[in-house]
Amino acid sequence: MSEVTNRRTNQRLPAKTKIALNATLVLIALTFVFIVVLLPLIVVLYEASQEGWAAYVAAITDSDAKSAIRLTLLVAAIAVPVNMIFGICAAWLVTKHDFRGKDWLVAFIEIPFSVSPVVSGLVFILLFGAHGWFGPWLQAHDIEIIFAVPGIVLATVFVTLPFVARQIIPLMHAQGRAAEEAALSLGASGWQTFWHVTLPDIRWALLYGVLLSLARAMGEFGAVSVVSGHIRGETNTLPLHVEVLYNDYNFVAAFAVASLLAGLALMTLVLKSLLEWRHGNELKAQNNS
Amino acid sequence: MTIEVREISRTFQAHVALDAVSLKIEDGDFVALLGPSGSGKTTLLRVIAGLEYADVGRVYFADIDVTNKPVQDRGIGFVFQNYALFRHMTVAKNIAFGLNMLGRNRRPDAKAIEQRVTELLDLVQLAGLGPRYPNQLSGGQRQRVALARALARDPKILLLDEPFGALDAKVRRELRLALRAIHERLKITTIFVTHDQEEAFALADHVAILHNGKIEQFDTPSRIQQSPNSEFVQAFLA
Repeated sequence: MSEVTNRRTNQRLPAKTKIALNATLVLIALTFVFIVVLLPLIVVLYEASQEGWAAYVAAITDSDAKSAIRLTLLVAAIAVPVNMIFGICAAWLVTKHDFRGKDWLVAFIEIPFSVSPVVSGLVFILLFGAHGWFGPWLQAHDIEIIFAVPGIVLATVFVTLPFVARQIIPLMHAQGRAAEEAALSLGASGWQTFWHVTLPDIRWALLYGVLLSLARAMGEFGAVSVVSGHIRGETNTLPLHVEVLYNDYNFVAAFAVASLLAGLALMTLVLKSLLEWRHGNELKAQNNS
Repeated sequence: MTIEVREISRTFQAHVALDAVSLKIEDGDFVALLGPSGSGKTTLLRVIAGLEYADVGRVYFADIDVTNKPVQDRGIGFVFQNYALFRHMTVAKNIAFGLNMLGRNRRPDAKAIEQRVTELLDLVQLAGLGPRYPNQLSGGQRQRVALARALARDPKILLLDEPFGALDAKVRRELRLALRAIHERLKITTIFVTHDQEEAFALADHVAILHNGKIEQFDTPSRIQQSPNSEFVQAFLA
């Protein structure tokens, strides 16, 4: 469709104007991408390499850095599957069933996006902190949430909650219920229907949502910063570790760890492209219908 | 298999889709549910299938009450208006779906399933198209696949919801003939929903004319045409 419209507009314009227009648009887009996306990435890598390879390696193999990496991966490994399962359940519920209060549920799912991460972190302090609602009870039972790993996981789960659901709800809504009804009429159980019919139809959107929430889970700063307590080697995730190093005027190490974080983000993107490239044909065959 | 619905009612919010509908269909019959949109014909079909539940009333298959049986256990084949094929599966996998979903002890082996798929592709005149994906087929071909898929588990009842609605006139005619021929061969009790009276009268042994959630008349096409029993039927046929 867009190709056709483009051709039509192009035909009305003289050739010279067309080239100038295209060149300008491309230039604007590239400049923007360079300043906003590429430049920061280059700065990170440049600053990280200021004192040579040895300093870089030393910064990321430092014991505090290692524990930050471990904690970040652990938090992501818990938060992402939790949100994947929640996202699928929520999307399945609101797109394949009718019930009262459905619109409210959809609105609730969006809350973590509209609330500032710092505020959501504070909410957990108010709930589980030493002077919070459940604080005395938790202390009495020797359960640590705030300034410990459970709090970080909770905060991360909260801020990444909508990613998967938001990716797949519009798609599942557009696809309707016909395929599921067909599967049921063919004798499939509810679980078989979900596994063999619903899931294959949403797998790419699901993967995309999972990768987005993975990137956010590893990079979350605000909410985690509030509940973490910044205990070095214990409750510092990678983004928090970067801040600690930076505030210590340890710029090379800060940027080295930052480059690691950027690398993790890039890896998720590469992973996504790779999957799309490998299954591209199959994907095209299905989506043309 | 005989089908009987007794005093079925169904209301959606304020809209009465079915109003105490009763209908008895003989074994091997070929019935059309005919009516304008909003007359309740699709709701009635979906209640018989078990895809929709009635507020009150009962459904019987061969004198057994199936009202509370879920759609999976009713042993019906259902063909949807927009085919509802599984996009990520080949034609062969679509047709084999019902068999592949059977429990381990009831499922035929892979060879038998493959054979059954070939047989069904022949039946709907799509021999050799098994490896294609649904989006590589025309509308008429897709509906034939949907029909083959619905027949895979040897249903005793075949239900079709506006099966030709999305197709052009020529393909419609071909598919009608194909459906009739399949009915002659398999003798499955068949109900299809349509708003096209020519289609209903040309194809069905009995036609039920619905209006405002009620069955106005249920009879053979010729008797309905000779003696319409209400003003609505008379006006609808005109």
